Amino acid sequence: MDLTVANLTVARGGIAVLEGVSFRLGSGRALVLRGPNGIGKTTLLRTLAGLQPAVAGEMSVPPESLAYAAHADGLKAVLTVEENLRFWASISGTQAAEAAMAAMNLQELRDRRAANLSAGQKRRLGLARILVTGRPIWVLDEPTVSLDAASVALFAGVVRAHLAAGGSALMATHIDLGLAEAEVLDLTPFKARRPAAGGRVGAFDEAFG
Amino acid sequence: MSIWEYANPKKFMQTSAWLLPWVTGLAVACLVAGLIWGFFFTPDDFRQGSTVKIIYLHVPSAMMAINAWVMMLVTSLIWLIRRHHVSALASKAAAPVGLTFTVIALLTGAFWGQPMWGTWWAWDPRLTSFLILTLFYLGYIALWQAIEDPDTAADLTAVLCLVGSVFALLSRYAVLFWNQGLHQGASLSLDKEENVADVFWFPLLVCIAGFVLLFVALVLMRTRTEIRARRLQALLARERLA
Amino acid sequence: MGALLIRDLRLAMRAGGGFGLGLAFFLLVAVLVPLGVGPEGDVLGRIAPGILWVGALLACLLSLDRIFALDFEDGSLDLLATSPIPLEGVVAVKALAHWIVTGLPLTLVAPGLGVLLNLPVAGYGWLVLSLLLGTPALSVIGAFGASLVVGVKRGGLLLSLLVLPLYVPTLIFGAEVVKRGAAGQAAEVPLLLLAGITLGAAALLPFAAAAAIRINLR
Repeated sequence: MDLTVANLTVARGGIAVLEGVSFRLGSGRALVLRGPNGIGKTTLLRTLAGLQPAVAGEMSVPPESLAYAAHADGLKAVLTVEENLRFWASISGTQAAEAAMAAMNLQELRDRRAANLSAGQKRRLGLARILVTGRPIWVLDEPTVSLDAASVALFAGVVRAHLAAGGSALMATHIDLGLAEAEVLDLTPFKARRPAAGGRVGAFDEAFG
Repeated sequence: MSIWEYANPKKFMQTSAWLLPWVTGLAVACLVAGLIWGFFFTPDDFRQGSTVKIIYLHVPSAMMAINAWVMMLVTSLIWLIRRHHVSALASKAAAPVGLTFTVIALLTGAFWGQPMWGTWWAWDPRLTSFLILTLFYLGYIALWQAIEDPDTAADLTAVLCLVGSVFALLSRYAVLFWNQGLHQGASLSLDKEENVADVFWFPLLVCIAGFVLLFVALVLMRTRTEIRARRLQALLARERLA
Repeated sequence: MGALLIRDLRLAMRAGGGFGLGLAFFLLVAVLVPLGVGPEGDVLGRIAPGILWVGALLACLLSLDRIFALDFEDGSLDLLATSPIPLEGVVAVKALAHWIVTGLPLTLVAPGLGVLLNLPVAGYGWLVLSLLLGTPALSVIGAFGASLVVGVKRGGLLLSLLVLPLYVPTLIFGAEVVKRGAAGQAAEVPLLLLAGITLGAAALLPFAAAAAIRINLR
């Protein structure tokens, strides 16, 4: 269940933002992506999740193994915490809603509508959604946004348990999760060069030679 | 040497720059000759009088209104399958031209219908079909306008063009089912019995050739503009990013 | 997929505006048209099939932009696209949910509004049958239109412009069924054509709509 990326170039709005990205994520491992805002972390994660095509390079993602969590949590304000979670569990074909609520400390909120949750509680619910997918490779975009210190620690524990169970996690985050075992990949060196400096030109400009 | 070489914007710009004056000149020559011949050197129809002469504008523009959509369908397919940007931009360039021809066909039809049928507008199948075609063109153009990213816009409008073509055909038959109509039969068909008389025929052919050439000239011109605009957009986007 | 259907129905019921909006609009049309046209029974009876079908079509149009836009805004669409269920299935289920929330209730109340519009007795069966067979096409075609404009802010008006010409065949055959039925003529042919459009649209358009959503998510 390895996620491998070799010499990958990803583009946003038709313009390459990262090029030559290579890494390998084995089971039981965590990789944290770092880099300044706008470097292309989200673009890279969306490409890995299959939401947009890569411009060049190779990536091998084992089929049906990747769970993606974006900035937005995909929660419905008029549904309760439990309904939200059970929906995503049945979409993924798992029964893990109860366990996920326990893991993210959401049991007391189970009957509350998502509209009445605080930002941090919503985020916890969003992360619980990752648990109910039952998939081994987690791809998380800024998972700790708006979480308090206790919740960050709670989440770090959840990730650690996932790794111990043979899963893996790829995260774009600025906050130190306290995961000592996580490797860190700084994306700054992979910033795409400008075409003037020998970088890739967009498909349309390419044709102008 | 393959036709796909012209899908390269640079090659297209070179070739079209060379071609454009010739096509434009020929279009003007055909239109001037055909319209003067048609308007002043053909006899009045024994029933329709001189009103019949609007045929020289009406029939060619109606033909081109449909042909423009067919061209957009083909270029959209080429874009979806082979990802040639010129093809997508040619579809974009052709749509307003096709819309204009559709409107011309509707207006000249109204001017013709008023003395002949005693009404500017009737919900006749052909008229109705053209009205629906106008809506398809408007929707297509509006979708191009509404979407910012050029490749996304090209993809979505191509999908709309494909699905729209199927529904346009369906509408055509639905409209025929709905009302049998009073529009006369086709002015031109391979079955010679139904055709208009030769004296009207030949100037009409010249006018049709003129409209086809005019369409080609306009689409070439507009595609060139679109290519330049697209290139500019790409350069600006890259500047912003750097 | 069943879960998605249940969720969409639950959302429509709780968020309000789901069931009510289309029905209220349909009722409004049936009340306003006689006020505008005049109370003569035979005139109303003659235009009733067309008015009812146009009213149902416009009522359907009202809620189309909600099919995907809400899921796009809160990120659900990204997550559904990366989930195990195929996006084509998502489109089909969401179109079905839209039909249950709008098309089906419209079909059920249509006979009542037929009374207001003095629809001839022979037409009621055909009215319900044609709406039952035709409104699913409105939902599926609408879902396709909604998938094109999902990335466009305030895409409601654009959506109407895109969808209206696509609705033409459905409207023509649907209204023709009721018109012929009300006049006591055979209405099987337009009814079969209407059913054909619905089946064809339901079979093919989810693929086009899923492709459009993938393009929009890029």
